[in-house]
Amino acid sequence: MNLLAKIYVTLKGSVLDPQGAAVTHALHALSYDAVRDVRIGKYMEVTLSATDETQAHELVRGMCERLLTNPVIETYTYELAEVEQ
Amino acid sequence: MKCAVVQFPGSNCDMDAVKAINHAIGESADIVWHTVASLEAYDLIILPGGFAYGDYLRAGAIARFSAVMEAVAREADRGKWVMGICNGFQVLTEGGLLPGALRRNESLQFRSEIATLEVVNAETAFTRHYRAGETIRIPIAHGEGNYYADEQTLLRMRERGQIIFRYAREHNPNGSVDDIAGVINERGNVLGMMPHPERAVHERLGSADGARLFTSIFESWREAYAKR
Repeated sequence: MNLLAKIYVTLKGSVLDPQGAAVTHALHALSYDAVRDVRIGKYMEVTLSATDETQAHELVRGMCERLLTNPVIETYTYELAEVEQ
Repeated sequence: MKCAVVQFPGSNCDMDAVKAINHAIGESADIVWHTVASLEAYDLIILPGGFAYGDYLRAGAIARFSAVMEAVAREADRGKWVMGICNGFQVLTEGGLLPGALRRNESLQFRSEIATLEVVNAETAFTRHYRAGETIRIPIAHGEGNYYADEQTLLRMRERGQIIFRYAREHNPNGSVDDIAGVINERGNVLGMMPHPERAVHERLGSADGARLFTSIFESWREAYAKR
């Protein structure tokens, strides 16, 4: 089966995000006073083939931990869905 | 002393490192391509500055999986000296040879200037020609030099003297925790630093303070060699 993993990588809560802080300031300058905080991350789409969903989850978690994130400062979530051939 | 300077696609301080070795200690250095599988012949391995693999994904994230990095890890295990400068430091943290990680500079700006550093630990193979507490001037040129390690790791590093260089107080250019500019592994044979000692080996370059890093390793090597 072919699957699409939508992977979201963000800095851990304990790690300061200077880009997010700059964007927060910019939004405040535009009078979006409602904005409390902005965190900036990365979004990746990985298309993969797997025998079943269990294997696909294993693959995605493996690639996130080994390459797509740096576990010292980053964390991730993902969504997995079957796609057409 | 046999020296290797590893070249990744995107390295750009490799020749500076070779010239610094030539100038500071009168040794030659081989440029070694990132596909090389063995570095057994070398006593000192330098991972130079630059933008390996375009810094895609994260600085050092892709370079650390290149074939040569297995050889670097193997030689580090054997106690050979490994030194990562700037991008080389990022590759070493990504590869787990050094603790911590390097984030975007807090200012979000690329900083290229001469930094004032404090030598924190002068009792390593790399820093024996400095004095602890001494202030030195070494250039920096980076956008992602903002060192991070969690509290527990930092505590352990402080206890073991693994913090080697700090930016002078009030002159931290990138927001790094504890003003950290350079760290060493527990064993004391793998050093990583954001500043560029290879660009500071002669007064005409603005500073000669980096030369003693190379003379320190050279003396450490001579001592070890004499014992063999």
